[in-house]
Amino acid sequence: MKNITAKTLLEALNLLNDGNYKVLAGGTDLMVQNRAWSNTLPKFKEDILLISNLKELKYINQEDGYIHIGSLMTLEELKHHELTPKLLVEALEIMASPAIRNMATIGGNIGNASPAGDSLPVLYVLNALVILQSIKSVREIPIEEFILGPGKKELHKDEMIIEIKIPINNFSNFSFKKVGGRKADAISKVSFAGAVKIKNNLIQDFRISFGAVGPTVVRKNDIENKIIGTSVADLKSNIQDILNQYGEFVRPIDDQRSNKDYRKKVAINLLEEFILNL
Amino acid sequence: MSKIKFTLNNKEVEIEESPTARLLDILRENFGLTGVKEGCGEGECGACAVLINDKVINSCIVPLGTVEGKNIVTIEGFSKTKKHQILRNSFEEEGAVQCGFCTPGMIIASESLLNKNPHPSDEEIKIGLSGNLCRCTGYNMIVKAVKSASKKGDGLW
Repeated sequence: MKNITAKTLLEALNLLNDGNYKVLAGGTDLMVQNRAWSNTLPKFKEDILLISNLKELKYINQEDGYIHIGSLMTLEELKHHELTPKLLVEALEIMASPAIRNMATIGGNIGNASPAGDSLPVLYVLNALVILQSIKSVREIPIEEFILGPGKKELHKDEMIIEIKIPINNFSNFSFKKVGGRKADAISKVSFAGAVKIKNNLIQDFRISFGAVGPTVVRKNDIENKIIGTSVADLKSNIQDILNQYGEFVRPIDDQRSNKDYRKKVAINLLEEFILNL
Repeated sequence: MSKIKFTLNNKEVEIEESPTARLLDILRENFGLTGVKEGCGEGECGACAVLINDKVINSCIVPLGTVEGKNIVTIEGFSKTKKHQILRNSFEEEGAVQCGFCTPGMIIASESLLNKNPHPSDEEIKIGLSGNLCRCTGYNMIVKAVKSASKKGDGLW
């Protein structure tokens, strides 16, 4: 095995271009997924490229109407930064534990592509873009096109996630909720993100997403578009219809963390509560 | 294998090991720092907590390669400080130690919390220690101990 700690972004991209590496940032998912017995090396199937020390990817700034977040920003660093979108801060506050948040990176949470990744419903709702770089090119992909399924993503073998780009937006109401077995460190049974813009009682923007209820985060632009332009009163009086519409796309599974009936019920209840509180 | 240099309990050290080796194993086996415990081995229990650049992390899921150039403090190194003395006395006075297996991790997580927030509320202490499990169920005493340490050590953090 050829496990390497990259010292610069250029070195990392050259290595990815020349070999087959699994990129490891904070390691809080990969070290657990590949753990072996005590005092033995984790059982990685591929060569590992450690990138957590690349200073080039540790930044957050605001430019051209976007917040730009370097992929190696840790969850704890983002949680405390004034430029981090408030809805994302809500999710970061209840993700993992302080010790995990000090290591885990935002790029890693996206790259792990878990249906239960807690930053994902928020990033879907915020229309986040993922920036991928190789030695030859840079690509910019909307998050819902980047994540293809559990652990599957639109990432070439010579590419690395270098940035997350989020359009700046002022929502009047927003909320992130997760349901798990323990407050800290739990992997979500269900998660929910909602962001709405209301002006003069009219809904100008309406965005909803659910995590852990399908192979990828669920967000339905067609349902949202029908709601935009209506009044808050109309939305509330049609609530049953809207819950039914979302119900068709909320199709969770049974697994060791929860079961599909519970997940579906809770997901729809979270949406109902969010709408009733508008 | 590669050479990795870091500061461990205020001493510069260099070792040659695989960059994917768990920091926990290196601390216990190569350096004999057995105050760092292995509980769950997957980042959920906090028994293996150490400070990296003053922040609490779980050493069981840290690959060694990532600590190049970093400053690591284990319970053994921290125990030589005034802040540790105050935390230790508070844990003893409040009865916050039963079997003691979680205690090094609890102390390290408390130190990391107090570094950021010298006067935490009960709720903030619970959040600060939320990654640390105690199976003797002594949480109330632990929260009280951290609160008491933050008062007694006023000005230190």
